[in-house]
Amino acid sequence: MTLLMNILTVFVSVALVGNYVFSETLGICPFLGVSSKPSTALGMGLAVTFVMTLSNAVTFLVFEYLLKGKYEYLQTIVFILIIASLVQFIEMLLKKMVPSLYKSLGIYLPLITTNCAVLGAANNAVGNDMVSGDFILSTSYGFSAAVGFTLAIVIFAGVRSRMDEKDVPESFRGVPITLVAAGIVAMVFNGLLSGISFG
Amino acid sequence: METFKAILFPVLIAGGIALFFGLLLAIASKVFAVRRDERIDEVKKCLPGANCGGCGFAGCDALAEAIVNQGVSPTKCAVSEPEALKPIYEIMGVKEEKHQRMRAQVMCSGTGDLSKKKYLYEGAHDCVAAAKLGGGDRICPNGCIGLGTCASRCPFHAIKVVDGVAVVDYTLCRGCGVCVAACPKHIIKLIPFESKHWVGCMSVDKGPITKSYCDVGCISCRLCEKNCPVGAITVNDFVARIDNDKCIGCDTCVKKCPRKIIWSSESQNGRLVIHRAMLNEPQVPTPPAPEKK
Repeated sequence: MTLLMNILTVFVSVALVGNYVFSETLGICPFLGVSSKPSTALGMGLAVTFVMTLSNAVTFLVFEYLLKGKYEYLQTIVFILIIASLVQFIEMLLKKMVPSLYKSLGIYLPLITTNCAVLGAANNAVGNDMVSGDFILSTSYGFSAAVGFTLAIVIFAGVRSRMDEKDVPESFRGVPITLVAAGIVAMVFNGLLSGISFG
Repeated sequence: METFKAILFPVLIAGGIALFFGLLLAIASKVFAVRRDERIDEVKKCLPGANCGGCGFAGCDALAEAIVNQGVSPTKCAVSEPEALKPIYEIMGVKEEKHQRMRAQVMCSGTGDLSKKKYLYEGAHDCVAAAKLGGGDRICPNGCIGLGTCASRCPFHAIKVVDGVAVVDYTLCRGCGVCVAACPKHIIKLIPFESKHWVGCMSVDKGPITKSYCDVGCISCRLCEKNCPVGAITVNDFVARIDNDKCIGCDTCVKKCPRKIIWSSESQNGRLVIHRAMLNEPQVPTPPAPEKK
């Protein structure tokens, strides 16, 4: 029961309160790049969820049994290595085993290789007092962060699809209005949550 | 010795992990290799690679796959020159099919004030949005809205809106048909590239009604139908249509039309030049000449 409560606490604190996009400003590149349509945004979110959960599991094992103690300074470089090869490996695996999933996620997978949110989640899970040292909590940390990312990108894609229909002043068209909207959505998201207290 | 150890172990750890994943990827690329028909890549090389979607598939890659695996005809690619598609027939070992080059033609002549408007539209710069407000700002139910949805969709940037009506640049148009599907008023048609004459109107209202809102609408007077020497013109639903297979390009209909909405084209130095009979000018050529970029 305590484990379940801990997982839930991790979920709320990472996916909602400390949302990776809106609070930590990680993964902004795909957040802006792949959010033009809700359907593609959801595809990207699912792919990120898939990779982040797996990468957190693998990086936890490597950190715990290889790096912990003496070689912690190798953390970043080794994590980058793991994430990049893991994404490649998953891509090959999906192509062969689950072609239908590959078709829907395939184009997003290479984008995730350099997604800083994935590395951020792996790094933070190791540094976080609440989850470090526990395999299940570390993995659920990655999963929760990815769900938060998916939530953010899908909400923002909805905002953007409404924005396409509006007559935006010419100097604001394109990237400027997208950034302004992203800021406002982030404020709304954080403002909404700061009104709720999680005892 | 201590310094040596402090360097050696991290290198071994990082290098070992890299080696492990490198080997894993190398093995995986062999084990999980997906066999792909070599012909798909060869066919793809012959396709234009613009991914316009005019063939009805997701892109050139998808069409190449369909040609190889499902035996779809290469003529689905309306965009290519027939010469460019020839190698595909060799690769597939099938007989060549006749390939007719098409072009997109906007069937509306109501530029500027010639076609009256019923309200002042202010909103999203998009024909689909405007068409949802009572079918657009023009009174004519089949008139060009002129907000350029076709122009923004055109994968070859061949369409521009000139004086309220979309105009196609025939040095760029490849006849893919994306604009035909994009137009909410369905007034863009694909016609054979060499077509000499066409009726620049699709108004299906009766003559007097058309006359009340448009100076250049077809009033179905049937003068063209009666005077055509080969019977290529028929008037149905109060609008004239020209059968491009029968038309011999004699210019009779252009001269007879009282509304000056029959357009003509001719080939000049390999370029297609459009002539439009203007209402107030007795001399013919005032082509909305496609500007070269």
